[in-house]
Amino acid sequence: MSDDYTSTTNACKLCKPIGACLAFKGVEGAVPFLHGSQGCATYMRRYIISHFREPMDIASSSLGEKNAIFGGGANLKQGIKNVTTKYGAKMIGIATTCLTETIGDDVPSIIKQFRDEEKALFESDNSPLLVNVSTPSYGGTHMEGFHDAVKVLVDQIATEYGKDESINLLPGFVSPADIRYLKELLSDFNLEGVVLPDISESLDGPALLDYQKISEGGTPLSKIRSMGKARATIEFGRTIFGNLTAGKLLDSRFGVKNYSLGMPVGLRESDEFFSVLEEISGCKSPEKHVLERGRLIDSFVDSHKYIFGCKAVVYGEEDLVVGLTSFLAEMGVQPVLCASGGKSKKLNKEITAVTKGLVDLPIVRDGVDFYDIGEEVAELKPDLLIGHSKGYSLAKKYGIPLMRVGFPIHDRIGGQRVLHLGYRGAQALLDDLVNLVIEKKQNDSPVGYSYM
Amino acid sequence: METSTPVIFEERENQIHRKGESPFNIDCNRDSLAGAISQRACVFCGSRVVLYPIADALHLVHGPIGCAVYTWDIRGALSSGPELHRLSFSTDLQEKDVIFGGEKKLYKALNELIDLHGPKAAFVYSTCIVGIIGDDLEAVCRKVSAEKKIPVIPVQSEGLKGNKREGYNAACKALFRLVGTGETDNISPYSLNILGDFNLAGEIWLIRDYFKRMGVEVVANITGDGRIADIKRAHGAKLNVVQCSGSTMDLANMMEETYGIPHIRVSYFGVEDMAQALYDVANYFGDSQMIEKTKELVKDELKVLYPELKKYKKALEGKKAAIYVGGSFKAFSLVKALRHLGMKVVMVGSQTGTKEDYAELEQITDPGTIIVDDTNPLELSQFIKEKGVDLFIGGVKERPIAYKLGVGFCDHNHERKIGLEGFEGMLNFAKEVYNTVMSPVWRFVPRNTTGDVKNV
Ligand code: SF4
Ligand code: SF4
Repeated sequence: MSDDYTSTTNACKLCKPIGACLAFKGVEGAVPFLHGSQGCATYMRRYIISHFREPMDIASSSLGEKNAIFGGGANLKQGIKNVTTKYGAKMIGIATTCLTETIGDDVPSIIKQFRDEEKALFESDNSPLLVNVSTPSYGGTHMEGFHDAVKVLVDQIATEYGKDESINLLPGFVSPADIRYLKELLSDFNLEGVVLPDISESLDGPALLDYQKISEGGTPLSKIRSMGKARATIEFGRTIFGNLTAGKLLDSRFGVKNYSLGMPVGLRESDEFFSVLEEISGCKSPEKHVLERGRLIDSFVDSHKYIFGCKAVVYGEEDLVVGLTSFLAEMGVQPVLCASGGKSKKLNKEITAVTKGLVDLPIVRDGVDFYDIGEEVAELKPDLLIGHSKGYSLAKKYGIPLMRVGFPIHDRIGGQRVLHLGYRGAQALLDDLVNLVIEKKQNDSPVGYSYM
Repeated sequence: METSTPVIFEERENQIHRKGESPFNIDCNRDSLAGAISQRACVFCGSRVVLYPIADALHLVHGPIGCAVYTWDIRGALSSGPELHRLSFSTDLQEKDVIFGGEKKLYKALNELIDLHGPKAAFVYSTCIVGIIGDDLEAVCRKVSAEKKIPVIPVQSEGLKGNKREGYNAACKALFRLVGTGETDNISPYSLNILGDFNLAGEIWLIRDYFKRMGVEVVANITGDGRIADIKRAHGAKLNVVQCSGSTMDLANMMEETYGIPHIRVSYFGVEDMAQALYDVANYFGDSQMIEKTKELVKDELKVLYPELKKYKKALEGKKAAIYVGGSFKAFSLVKALRHLGMKVVMVGSQTGTKEDYAELEQITDPGTIIVDDTNPLELSQFIKEKGVDLFIGGVKERPIAYKLGVGFCDHNHERKIGLEGFEGMLNFAKEVYNTVMSPVWRFVPRNTTGDVKNV
């Protein structure tokens, strides 16, 4: 363990509200709304747009100096009204920022007041649902923001009781390609399901004739309302901060059985996921997916020599790091450092669980930045970096190939289409990873081998 | 104000002007409208833009993590030496800091970072909540400065104090604290400071080379490829040459007041403006030899440029362009440059223009051109459709709107990787516009296929 620094250099995390905005973007007809000053919203939009290369509107209450003294209530109300009347939002997902948390704005009561003042607005059919989440960035990373937003969506919208045959799938922060895959999977298992949130179209849409005020796609509100009726919930993520996750909330409030799984990255974590699908649906895995699994194992064999013992540093969001580490371990890549800017306090335990049986266990570090990671990299001399694009400066400095996964990917095209999950995702990751290693070997060799 | 087209936000009606439809009277520099999705950034962002390229300084963002992480290496301001500016430093304030104050953490972080990196100076940026929790930045900076024997300068850039413009001002004030603290021996009588160029894609190197060929010494780059030692002696220069956007205008004014250094306003973008900038400098010094050399220089450059430009112009003649940029001064040059390529500007706007800026824009544009202040995606997309735009020039936030509607896009903001200044830059610009507008992909997008897949 190297020095513990007071300052942060090149953070390996984002702030809490951006996670909430991303989650809200996965609800049909929703507009994410930041209660705070304008800059935060503009910065976050820019950050998100550079990854998804899609329009991403985030409204803001645009507080100025005087609001900081007298409170931001008036701006918040005005902002909600504008988003309602001008954008026709069906839902407005309001996230606080450091500023409004610090000045102590009480958003729930402001909203309540607003409802009383604007009776006409809320009696009409197109009145928006207002959902609010508290996201001071000094209270956690973007992942806490994301999961908290999912939780309030369930908490504040899922109100219907009863029982039906559907299932809830809470995938966490995964790519649009991942969500499309999950939806295909549910349908292949003949499961009626709701995926929350669903950014598969809202953040990866087709070319359009007309600009949409609010992009198409997202989980329909009606489906969120009835989540309490579902047969079961599958929730990805073992490092979600705190004890009450959205899945657990559905369990305790509505008695919906919650299956808490790791992010299904790689063979073994996917096997677990598929066995839960089999259990819930009562069907065997469809042939198509059995074949995908078979091909994955076949390619494990084809590629094992190229990568065995190859040392990898994995960084990023904790659950993705856990999934990737499991995947690396099972195919013979040696994870030497598993690092995250997050601090759920669960990373160590989960990494230990997925690396059981390895001779050399990886160093696990949470709450770190890229300065810390850089110091480790200098020491460990890995062959490969795996994570989002912010590791590029290290990759360049040390001449190590970087395999880009997760969020953000700001220096390549197609970040929204990277598939991470299931057998199919593992196959894509494996091909990528092995080819990176081969390419490096080929380029470094003076011979110019044409067969590798 | 009466307009023939529907307005989206009534409150913003006076921030949009259509040339020829009504007498010119545009509202600007208003606070962003709550709930409208503004493209505007905050004070902090403005300060960051100006100070960021100083490559041998430590730039520490005092605040929660987001403000620092979203500005990490986002601009392509190149350095010929140290690259300290490309790191993102933050105090990453936590809950207890917010409650008990962040001064101690700031003090420790500054010490630690100065020891680690040995910068020539440190800038400490204040963010929104620092203003609220009331940390005394000034005191902490003074203390560290005395202990570490380098300038440690607070930048009063609390985001909520306004928009980018106030941020530029805060940055200029910070810079002004450095100016005048260095030696000014051996500075040529023909000397200047370059203000308001950030060395995107190495542009300032080009400009410096022009000045060198004219026999003019550049004392300080403010701030592209900037160095603390140069800025400290900037008051020894005889002239300040201020480009675009007004971001460093405040500094020029302060230097004029205190040190009597006059300034001229220039733009290095586009053929006429670039040449004019060099002539203005030569004429200021009034040295006949220098004026001769400048004429030579321009002639040589144009001899290479013009034949090359011709082929692009032929293809681009009559195509329509929309411009939406941060500062309006940049918009002037763009209007002219596009005209040079035979294109028509049908919409032009900026985030932070002043009334005078917009009045000037209205002067140089064609009737029917839309002039707009601090717009938003809804309006932008309406303008694009209304005018049948072929090319949109803007910043990274506008790109997805243009792309979604199948409109070509060129980045003219701080993230660009292609140098657009100077004579060489004009050629790059023409190439970039050409590659965008002439791409074969536009014929497949819905607005050109009326939705019929076989209609390609
Ligand atoms: S103030 Fe808080 S919410 Fe805003 S960008 Fe900074 S960290 Fe994020
Ligand atoms: S508005 Fe304030 S909190 Fe937000 S990014 Fe700007 S300085 Fe940071």
